[in-house]
This record gives sequence, structure tokens and C-alpha cells, in this order.
Amino acid sequence: MARLNDDNVRLAIETIARYPRPRSAMIPLLHLAQEQDGHVTNEAMAHIADLVGATPAEVWGTASFYEMFKFEAVGKYVVNICGTMSCALMGADELIHHAEERLGVHVGGTTPDGLFTLERAECQAACTEAPCLQVNYRYRFRVSTESFDSLVDDLRAGRLDGEIPAHGTLATVRQQIPAGRGVGAVAPESVVSNPDWFDGKAAL
Amino acid sequence: MSGPSGTWQHAPGFWEGDRPRIVTSRFAHADSHTLERFLATDGYAGLRRALAMPAAEVHGEVRTATVLGRGGAGFPAGTKWGLAPEGVWPKYMVVNGDESEPGTYKDRLLMERDPHQLIEGCLIACYAAGLSQCFLYVRGEMALAQERIATALNEAYAAGYVGRNILGSRFSLDIVLHWGAGAYVVGEETALIESLEGNRGMPRLKPPYFPAAIGLYGQPTIVNNVETLANLPWIMRNGASAYTAIGTATSPGTRMVAVSGHVARPGVYEIVNGTTTFRDLIYGDEFCRGIRDGNTLKAFVPGGGSAPWFTPDQLDLPFEASRVGPAGSMLGSGAVMVMDHTTDIPRAALTLTRFYAHESCGKCTPCREGGTWLERILSRVVDGRGTMEDLDQLMEVGQSICPGDFPHASSSDLGLAAVPFPYKMTTICFVGPSAFVPVHSALTLFRSEFEERVSRRTRIPVRAVAP
Repeated sequence: MARLNDDNVRLAIETIARYPRPRSAMIPLLHLAQEQDGHVTNEAMAHIADLVGATPAEVWGTASFYEMFKFEAVGKYVVNICGTMSCALMGADELIHHAEERLGVHVGGTTPDGLFTLERAECQAACTEAPCLQVNYRYRFRVSTESFDSLVDDLRAGRLDGEIPAHGTLATVRQQIPAGRGVGAVAPESVVSNPDWFDGKAAL
Repeated sequence: MSGPSGTWQHAPGFWEGDRPRIVTSRFAHADSHTLERFLATDGYAGLRRALAMPAAEVHGEVRTATVLGRGGAGFPAGTKWGLAPEGVWPKYMVVNGDESEPGTYKDRLLMERDPHQLIEGCLIACYAAGLSQCFLYVRGEMALAQERIATALNEAYAAGYVGRNILGSRFSLDIVLHWGAGAYVVGEETALIESLEGNRGMPRLKPPYFPAAIGLYGQPTIVNNVETLANLPWIMRNGASAYTAIGTATSPGTRMVAVSGHVARPGVYEIVNGTTTFRDLIYGDEFCRGIRDGNTLKAFVPGGGSAPWFTPDQLDLPFEASRVGPAGSMLGSGAVMVMDHTTDIPRAALTLTRFYAHESCGKCTPCREGGTWLERILSRVVDGRGTMEDLDQLMEVGQSICPGDFPHASSSDLGLAAVPFPYKMTTICFVGPSAFVPVHSALTLFRSEFEERVSRRTRIPVRAVAP
């Protein structure tokens, strides 16, 4: 498993068709690759390069800029504890310290059982619910050392499997444009006029 | 579903109250994100009214309403649309849902709690400005927002609200949901476009200053913030005059503000623009109810992590750009971060500077190198390993990112004159200056705390232990 599998190639082609230029689908396709393998492999990047008409180096160039893409195996659960201003004011440093002790790894490390990767994240947009964290980008608010411990227990016991998918799966719902309902994307150079509805008259 | 006014909280962090509600009117319903609830509460009625008018009239209505951009710069949406050249096509809309300014979260709630309202706003904007396609760029880390918007778009396509012949009219438009992948700088509009083109999210060299001239694929592109667009359905339903009747002439309508940090009731509030003051917000009974544990206010950040800090001297300023600007800061993205008297100021400044140093894209040397220097020097000061020279060094490094006069809160105690925002800078975008803002504010307003740290070499946790 490394190149995109057949189902994902179908999804990739559908996604590419939504953009005026195929290259715009690069980040969504990288997410797809990460969902398939848990991280983004070199083979997947080469495959994406073929699909969007770029070189593997260009795909790597883009992918390596963004923090969510991982290029080696990470834990099933990536735990991002926010450490920016509002969370820091409400005790994030203590929480991160506690998490390091509890999981037995430093920030950036993965537990030996491959279950948890601990990261110190920047602002996660839940500042009034500080300190907050995300497990595979699902929120936990006003986290105390006690609630952190029970979260770890729940994850270990598989009690949150329904809510929190393994790392790589971002959104569990995808956009689907039903056949015949979409307008369709056109390369900008192929567009020869304003939209026909934009003619000074009411559309309805 | 809704309980007693002001006490009820459905979306974590959100508090309603007896105030005009333009963008949060459906938050009281547990199912506010569904098409069913949306249609039962005037959903897509604004779109219907817009489509019955010529596009230019819809544009005129929004221009009259003076909807100030809610992403940070406060540029009026109607004016921005008008910057796109005529006779050039296609034109695109890119919705900026990459909300990640420290302290800010309102777009996330709007996307999670009322995705159809945003979709309706996108449709109205694209119709008014004659745009060919709409891309909704949602921050990568917001899984729930992505799921809610995907569901809403799927419902809307199936029901004929998005896609071909919308509401049976001649108007057709695709809205494409796009996921980000974690990069603060992508919130800068030209970096957002780079990212949408499949590149590293680095801001483009200016000029052109506005992507409305040259944007996505080199075409005219309107970039609007989520909250800005969320206002449009209400304006089309109720008219521009109803909108301008709320707030002040220069800051009409409402805006969402997240107040976090050391307040008794942190939360996101929809407030009346222009008239609500920081004192109302921090101490008001319907808002944050004062500082936690009866503590006293030391300082606050008025408009997201990039904004110069204020002290209790500025509490009576209203949410009005023309007042906050001359006082030396900005309203930015609607985020107030409050620090009480127990706060370790140098360490608080470090958390913000570290953020901007970490998020530098690396394109401009003053930001890439300067931000990191600021972080390292400040870090050793905080750890008690700094010297008095380090404090001067911090200011010197900052001056190489923002040369010349720098804005700060005017304080009668300090006898400092206020310099209006914005400032001169040696970088393409505001990430570089933003790394210096917290250092400058903290060092100007609370220099003695830094000096004490240098001489005593003490270590104090950022969250002071309660006495």
C-alpha cells in the first residue's frame, strides 16, 4: 500500500475535476493519501504528481510546507495540545508536562505501542475553552490532568472508536456533486465571457 | 431549545443574550446546522430576494450596508468586490475559512453551527459580483467544520440551492469545499491563493495589493472572510438600512468577538459594532462578568495575537476602528485575550512571539531570522538567563522588521505618544511584525518585569499559583 488504491484514484479524479487547474487538488489528494496509509509515502506523492501533472519534487515541496502531513509513521492517535496564548494563560504548559509524563514520551514522540503521538500545537481556535487539545483533529475542551488521563484510558480501551477515527482520516463526510447538478470547472483560458446570468437582468 | 437569555450555551464557548443577532440567530437550536432548520428559519430567503434583483442592485445593497471585512483588515466587502476589473473573466471567489489568529474563533462556530448561512452568503456574493466559481477554503484542523459544510453542500446541491439553475433561476454556481493542511500564514489572502493553486502557502509580492486585480490563476479573485459572508443573507432579507441602523455609521451591524483568558465567563459573543466598549465586554453582566476570582486586570490584547496590547487605560474604547487605531492597536479578527495581575508578562509575550516565529513561511529574511531571534532572546530572558543588553537587543531586532515609529497603547503614566496602526515593515505580510508586537507591547508597558527577571533570574510559571 503506497500508491493510491483504485477507490482513492476514483475519488482523486473526481476531486481534480472540480478545479479549473488539476494542481489545485494537490492538498486534498495528499489528505487522501494520508487517510489511506496513516502518513504520506513517497510512492503516493509520485502517484499524486502523475495525477495532477506535477513532478514528485513539486508535490514534496508543497506537502512539506504543511504541518498536518506526516512523512513517517505516527501513532494511531495524534494528540495536539495547544500551547498558544490563551491556553498558556490557563495552564497549557502544565498540561503538556503532565501529558509527557503520562504517555512517557516527549513532545514529538510516539509511544512504543504505536498508539499515541504527542505534539505541542499552535492556536486551535477554541481559546475560550482553554486549555484545549485535539485528538486527530477532534476537540477536547478545558482539559485538566484528570480528564487527560481518562481520555487516554478511553482511547486505549477503544471506547472512542466511533467518534475519533485513526490518524489520517480527517473529515468523515466528503463533498459529492450529483451528476447533472454541477456546473463543472473550466480552465480559465477556456472561459470567453462573463457568466451568461451576469447580464444586468435579474436571474429569477 | 433555548433557555433563559444569557445563561444558555449550546455551542461550547458561545453565549447568547438580549442583543441583535445577525449571524448567530440559529445557534440556539441544537440542529442549527441542518437544511431543515435552516429552511424553517428564513433560510435561502435572502438568496431568493437577491436573485429577483439585477446583480448590480444586490452589489449596491451590500455597498450601502458597509459590511466591514471581519478577517482582520476591516475592508468593506462591497468596495472590495468593486475592485475587480470589468471585462476580465473568469472571476473567482475564495472564502477564507483558514481561521487561526491566536485568540480568534468565530468562523469555526459559524461553519460548524450554521453552514447553510455561509453557503447562502457565498451565493449572494458571487451573484452580485459576477463570479464564475467559489472555493471554500476551510482550515485543515477543523474536522467538524469540514464535515458540517460537506453535509450542507451535499444537501444544498441535492435540493437545488447550489449548482445548476439555482432556485430554478438562470443563476448557476459551483461551490467547492477545499481543505487546508495546517499553516497560519495561509490566512493571508495571497498565500491562501497560492495554497489553493497547490503550492507552498507563501504570500505573494505586492503590488498588486488586491487579488481582486490578479488572484487565483492570475484572474480577478475576491477573498472574503467567513463572518463577512455570513452577514449577507440577513442584509438581503432585511435591507441595508436595517443593517446600518445597528451600530455606528462607520462600524454598522454586529460582530463576533471571542474573549478568552482570565475572565470569569470566557466566550464568543455577538456584540453591537461601534458602541460596545471593552469595559462592557470584560466586565458586563451579559458578557464576561469581570476578571476571574476577583482579580484585577493587568492588560489585554484587543484584536487577536497580532494586535498591540492595551492596559486598563483603554477599557472605555468602543469596538470602532477609527477609535482603536489612533489609540495604537487594531480590532483585527475579533479576539480579546485578557491577562489578570497574576500573569507573568514576559512569558505571555513569549507564547505569542513563539507562535509567529513558528508560523513564519520563511520567504522574507527579517521575519524568518528576526522572528526566531526574538523568540530565542526572549526565551532566555524568561528562563532567567538574559541580560539587560538582551532587552535592547529585542527592540533592535524588532526595528529591523518594523523600522521607524511603532504603535503602542498611549498611556498617560508613561507619557508616550500613540502612533496609529499600521506600521512600516520590511516584510511582505504581517507575520513578521506580529512576532515583534507582543515583545514591543510587553517591553514598553511592563519593562520592570523584564528587568526584574534579568536581575533576579527567577522562574515563575505562566499561570501563577493562586495565593
